[in-house]
This record gives sequence, C-alpha cells and structure tokens, in this order.
Amino acid sequence: MPLSEMPNLVPALPELFLAVAILALLMIGVFLKSDTADNAMRTSRQIWMLSILTLVLTALLVLTVSGERLYTFNGMFVTDQFAVFMKILILGGAGLTLLISRDYLEMNSMGRFEYGILCIFATLGMLMMVSANDLISLYVGLEMQSLSLYVLAAFRRDEQRSTEAGLKYFVLGALASGMLLYGSSLIYGFSGTTNFTVMAEMFAHGGDYAPSLGVIIGIVFILAGLAFKVSAVPFHMWTPDVYEGAPTPVTAFFAVAPKIAGLALFLRVMTGPFGDLVDQWQQIIVFVSIASMVLGAFAAINQTNIKRMMAYSSIGHVGYALIGLAVGTETGVYGVLVYLGIYMFMTVGTFACILCMRRGERMVEDISDLAGLSKSQPLLAMALTIFMFSMAGIPPLAGFFGKFYVFMAAVEAQLYGLAVIGLVTSVVGAFYYLRIIRVVYFDEAGDPFDKAVSRPIAFVVTLSAAIMVFFILYPALLLDPAAAAASALFGG
Amino acid sequence: MDDLLLDYLPILIFLGIAIAIAAIAVVGSMIVARQHPDGEKMSAYECGFDAFVDARNKFDVRFYLVAILFIIFDLEVAFLFPWAISLSNVGMLGFWSMMVFLGILTIGFVYEWRKGALEWE
Repeated sequence: MPLSEMPNLVPALPELFLAVAILALLMIGVFLKSDTADNAMRTSRQIWMLSILTLVLTALLVLTVSGERLYTFNGMFVTDQFAVFMKILILGGAGLTLLISRDYLEMNSMGRFEYGILCIFATLGMLMMVSANDLISLYVGLEMQSLSLYVLAAFRRDEQRSTEAGLKYFVLGALASGMLLYGSSLIYGFSGTTNFTVMAEMFAHGGDYAPSLGVIIGIVFILAGLAFKVSAVPFHMWTPDVYEGAPTPVTAFFAVAPKIAGLALFLRVMTGPFGDLVDQWQQIIVFVSIASMVLGAFAAINQTNIKRMMAYSSIGHVGYALIGLAVGTETGVYGVLVYLGIYMFMTVGTFACILCMRRGERMVEDISDLAGLSKSQPLLAMALTIFMFSMAGIPPLAGFFGKFYVFMAAVEAQLYGLAVIGLVTSVVGAFYYLRIIRVVYFDEAGDPFDKAVSRPIAFVVTLSAAIMVFFILYPALLLDPAAAAASALFGG
Repeated sequence: MDDLLLDYLPILIFLGIAIAIAAIAVVGSMIVARQHPDGEKMSAYECGFDAFVDARNKFDVRFYLVAILFIIFDLEVAFLFPWAISLSNVGMLGFWSMMVFLGILTIGFVYEWRKGALEWE
C-alpha cells in the first residue's frame, strides 16, 4: 500500500468515535461554568453522565462493526471476534466503575470534571491495546492507558497517600514500559519486523527461520512488561500500595479494566506472533501463574485493610486466568475469557459494596469495620456474601465456573501440577473470603455505616449479585461469545 | 551475523580510543603534575566568588508547567518542518494526519488557556 492511500477507517470506528467524543467532552467541560463549588459540581456531574453515555455508544458501535477479521492502518490495527468480546468487557467494566464513582467523588471534594474524561481516555488506550497488531500500536495503546491511570491514581492530589500511590505507580510503570520497549527492540532487531502477522508467519513451524536467542530474550522482556501491567508475581510489588492509596473508585477501575486489557494483550501477543514458540514461553507463564496464585492466597490472609486484601486477591485472580494462557490452546483461551467475564462483574460488585463503607460521611477501610453489617444493612451484607462466596469459587455461583473452565483446560493439556496448585490455593484463598463473611455475620457489631446507598451503587450491586447467582441458569449468554472469541484468536 | 557485527567495528574502535584518551589525560596528570591542594583550590568555583546558596533549593512549580507547555509546542514545530518539506510525497493522508494532530493540540491549548495555566498570578 502506498503511503498516500487513505486507510479504511471502518474497523477503527469505535475508537475514532471515542477519541472525538473525549475531545468534545473536554471542550464542553472546560467551557461550562466552574467558578463556584456548586457550579463545578454540576459540571462534573454532567460530564460524568456524558462519559457513561459515550461508553455505551462506543459499545454499541463495537457490536455493529463486529464480525470477521479486518485489518487497517497498514496492518497495525486488527478487529475480530476476540477484540469485540474483550472490548465489550472493558467498556462494561469501565462504565460500571464510573457509575459507582460519583458519590465518592462528590463527597470527598474530588468533583472535578476531568475524572470521567481521564477514565474514558484510559479506556480508549485499552481498546487500542486489544486491537493492536503491531509492536508500535501495542506500545502506543499501553502508554495511553498507563498515563491516564497514573494521573487517576494521584487524583486526590492534596492527600499524601494518593499522591504516593500515583508516584509509585508512575515510576514502576515507566520501568515496566522500558522493559517492554527493550524487548520490542530486540524482537525487531532479530526478526526485522514489528508486525504480528508477519512475525507469526516467520516463527511458524516449517518456516525457514528458527528463533534466535535474541528473539527469545525479547519475548521474555515483553512478558515482564506485560506481567507488570496485570500485576502478576514477580512484578506485583506496586499493587497493594497503589490499590490502598488510590481513591476507592479508582481502585475499582484499576482492578477491572486494565487487568482485562492487559490479559487481552497477553493472549493476543502470546498466541498470535509467538504462538508457535509455545515451548519457549510456556514455562515462564506456568511459573508466573503459580507464583501469583500462591502469593495472592497467602499474602492476603494477614491484611486488615479491605482494599489491600482486594489487591492481593486480584493478584491471585490474574494467576488463575494465566493458567488458561499457560495451556496455550483454544480451550485455555476460552477458559480465560469466561474467567475474565465473571471476574469483571464480581470485582465491580465487591467494590460497590466497599464504597458503601462510610461512617459520618467518611470512608472506612478496615475489614473489622464490617462487623454487624448483617444487622444494620442485611441486603448489602447478603450481596457482599454472594461476592465473597463467588470469589472463593463455591459451586452454584458464577465464580466457580470461571475457575472450573481454566482448571479443566489445564487438566486437558495434562498440566496436572498447575491444576492441583490452583485448587490448593483457591482453598487457602477461601479462608480469607469466608473470614469477611464471618466478620459480617458473627462479629460483635460496631457503629453502623451510613444508611444512604445511592441509586447507581444499588443498581450495580444488584446487577452483579444477580449475575453471580443466575449465571448457572443462562450460562450460554457468556459461554457462546467466549467460544466464538477464542476460536477467532486461533484463526477460526 | 558476523557481517552485521563487522559493520559496528568502527564504533567499537572509536569507543576504545575515546576511553584510552580520557584515561591517559586523567591518570597522566595525576602522575606527572605536582599536587599542592589548599583550601582555595579545593572549593567550588562560581564566577570567582563563593556559592551563595545550595543548588538544591525549591522553586515555583509553575516553572515546570511552563516548561511542559513549551515542550508540546516545540515538538509540534519539530514535526511540522519535515512534514512541510515532504508534503508532495505524503499526499492527502499526510496532510490530514497533520491536520488531526494540530486539531488535537489546539484542543489541548484551549483547555490549558481556559484552566488558567497561562496566567502567572
């Protein structure tokens, strides 16, 4: 294709729409009155509503453009069933976390309109990551996401913990980006291309090119960079501090959308260009997966802060999801997709419950503060119980099926050790999830939380809890798209 | 592979010579010259008089803001020059890509203006 030819814009329509909408929202926000505190609050609320509307419209566009595999921008951008599935999950996660963030922002005088805009900016980066078909577009998408997230982590800039979280995330994130870039440059140097499609042909079995040491070192560096972004052990050190320090709605956002996008990138890069090098990277993924599961299970036991506990819990969940990637087959990827779909709703629901932990207009974050919730707010206590049982993977709830499919894939590929360690760590993990339920139902009641639960939070809690309980009745709603997405990734 | 590495041989030689010259200059002056250090010779030199303050003092965060805003527009110019020269080769796609880029920058500029980032007080 000559340089001057116009690219086909249709496959990238959702991203283009989102980008234009963000710029428009930025202009609307800055031209609306923000001179007094009341006006600023109203502006921030209007932008908040428009941001959610934008995400909904983008999701509709993603569904309309969906279908067969399309490339554009000189093969740097790809859209297929896999991308559609992941984008819907990301947009859903971002929309739901944005929905539950309003009251926290307004109550903690963070009602600035930039919040919603930064959230959808990060979402745009994630959509680009999912559709990346080139090392360059991968990096640009990843950086767009990361830069917005650094700012979001430090959004309460007058509070020390929040700025500390932002700075830590930024410094370590920059290090991870550096490693990713170093790996990319090695791969480019040794293979002569940055395009995933060309790489896949080059590294395919029967090709005349055997992978050299440089390519393998490059893959390891890319793995390290990506593992940092999804907070997999041994690149997890930032997670507890950032999750604890960042404002709670931001933590909810961190726990959902970037993880899904990061894992989507993991799947695309490892099964696409490096799919036939599975012997080279499988051991690394197996190690990362086991280490994440073990650390997530054991380190969470001692936590007293619920946000810190959720950080370790999310490290563990990444470990379970990586089992599916370690298998490296279509069944494994299918397991990961189902897992991520369930994880998204489970985590958003839990964080919506955490956002209800307020006393006298102030947030409390200790697990012991939950004592007596069953008496003061029985419905909320029940919802939290459902989420905790689901996270622990107790049968009829959705969380069980997420684990079931990845473990099945591991057994099918005869990675019995991985499956057994996964089972053992989920039993250990069940201990701290069930401890929360014990605190809620059986501990001596403390002061009750503020009763007022706003409508968006109540909606998200109800929706997520209903999905956890009723998933077993209509599993096909998630399983069928996941199967289509997994087969699309393997060229089906 | 060896051909590839051979291309980089001049760089290696250059590096070796540079290190050697630097090492000779430092070590040679240490061996040959007579060393008579005193208080005046050892003190930091700042235009002939003692330093007034420590270099690591605080200064206004607004300087950072100005520096960041400057870099954006500096980069814009750095992009515009090669684009202007090769416009006949890159065609309509090149033209509109730059227009989109300038549009995004303009929106950023309007934002910072409205936010008061350009006012010193």
